[in-house]
Amino acid sequence: MSALLSVTDAHVAYGKVEAVRSVSLEVGQNEIVTIVGANGAGKTTLLSAIMGILPLKGRVAFAGQDLARLDIEDRVAMGLGLVPEHRELFVTMNVEDNLELGAFRIERSRAKASIERIYTLFPRLKERRKQLAGTLSGGEQQMLAMGRALMGEPKLLMLDEPSLGLAPIIVADIFRIVTELRASGVSVLLVEQNAQAALKIADQAYVMELGEFVLSGKASDVAANEQVAASYLGFQHEAASAL
Amino acid sequence: MNTTIMLFLLQDGITNGAIYALLGLALVLVFAVTRVILIPQGEFVTYGALTYASLASGQMPGTAKLALAMGIVAFAFDLFVARKALHGRLILRSVLANIVLPAIVLAVTLYFAGQKPPVAVCIALSLLIVAMIGLFLYRIAFQPLAHTSVLVLLIASVGVHLALQGLGLLFFGAEGQRGPAVLSGAFTAGSLRFTGQSLTVYGITIAFIVGLWLFFGLTLYGKALRATAVNRLGARLAGIRTTLSGQIAFLLASVIGALSGIMIVPITTLYYDSGFLIGLKGFVAAIIGGLVSYPLTAVAALVVGIVEAFSSFYASNYKEVIVFMLLIPVLLLRSLAAPAVEEEKD
Repeated sequence: MSALLSVTDAHVAYGKVEAVRSVSLEVGQNEIVTIVGANGAGKTTLLSAIMGILPLKGRVAFAGQDLARLDIEDRVAMGLGLVPEHRELFVTMNVEDNLELGAFRIERSRAKASIERIYTLFPRLKERRKQLAGTLSGGEQQMLAMGRALMGEPKLLMLDEPSLGLAPIIVADIFRIVTELRASGVSVLLVEQNAQAALKIADQAYVMELGEFVLSGKASDVAANEQVAASYLGFQHEAASAL
Repeated sequence: MNTTIMLFLLQDGITNGAIYALLGLALVLVFAVTRVILIPQGEFVTYGALTYASLASGQMPGTAKLALAMGIVAFAFDLFVARKALHGRLILRSVLANIVLPAIVLAVTLYFAGQKPPVAVCIALSLLIVAMIGLFLYRIAFQPLAHTSVLVLLIASVGVHLALQGLGLLFFGAEGQRGPAVLSGAFTAGSLRFTGQSLTVYGITIAFIVGLWLFFGLTLYGKALRATAVNRLGARLAGIRTTLSGQIAFLLASVIGALSGIMIVPITTLYYDSGFLIGLKGFVAAIIGGLVSYPLTAVAALVVGIVEAFSSFYASNYKEVIVFMLLIPVLLLRSLAAPAVEEEKD
């Protein structure tokens, strides 16, 4: 079976500085793939480039089609979704409008049904549906950002640091939903600093350092790797054990 | 000064202010969605007004030909952008929108040009022609620059303003024109006289504001436009094309501009370059609204209209000076109150 997303020899540069160097990765159907690594390793840059926000040298194919000449909006239409680190919500609009706009390209009748599905997934959003997005708590904003992306019916959802700055109990909730997504047929590419939690739910994992992948393989193998344990898992042990 | 004069001036100010309000709202909308400070808004006003006046007096307005010419350029742009992947459907759609539509409008205009058509036909054609010019203008001048800074967009905007003004001179000549009233007749209430035209201005302004409010609050496209204004990247990630939002914004702005022109031209003689000053007054209102607030812009526009009316009574030589001086305290206050804003980097 061919991969849903395949990135081959990708380079991403900010001017003369190469933030991502010669990176290759694959995400299969119904798979959670995680990229772990320290702050500044280039994870966010890589996701932005896959989405088309930053220019990328190399080859990115999604569902068998080359993405090189496609705009962000075309990639969304193909079933690629991104929940960016800063969430990029429509803060002066209410929760329901944010969700409705997530399904901008989807048929109206299907969008109506999707909204109910999102409310089942995130009951908190239903309680807050008339509230402005900017007035939500951090966790609720993350849920809304994920909900909005899911409204577009993505085949692959890319999540950039979904747990950043959130209380452990909410982080656990979000990770639980990520596994539910896989069960419902959505693949997930998860970028996380919270390596322990990410490796626990992922199928495949890549470790990124200074713009390059230094290690990759099955998530359980990567988690068992001594070097990874020392660099990424040890100091987070206490925080992660709360999950 | 007695009450009658004061009421007169107030009425005059509100009529003008209503038009500035529409223009100001259009400026805020275009800026919020595309980051373009739409200096050629005034040209939409003159083009609308003079196209209407020309048609009504049995002349052929050059703007109809301009629309077709711009459509052909827009089509060439579309072809160039899509050169690597030319789909039949894409080309067909572009031909229909950019060439066939303006060609049909040109044909209809030519048909009606010699025979002084009824007011409704003149209005419809003028609106259609200016709307197309607005859309093609976005495609040709602003869409290719959509990723650049506000400053570059502003420079392009100044260029477009100068070009359109020059073309205006070519099309309509240096002579001013007046058009027939949309609604004739008048009635008196107390010491005030309401003409059909001023009632039309109030009616259309209120209808447009309510219409815009419904459009932005209830429809998916209206919400998408707001979303683009609030967060451009977020909107793109939701699959809302920035170009689509830009097109809708320019379409609304050009229709609002043309409609304002059609409402003014029966009251005042308009010249090919009158639009600039009218647009600037809408701009004053938009600036007072901080280029973001619609209600504040509408209120500020009424103030601008009233100040203009009173200053033209007391010190008519200085009326423009006084109106534009309104900006100074506002800018001072805003610069003190607002935190430093960094230009958006996307």
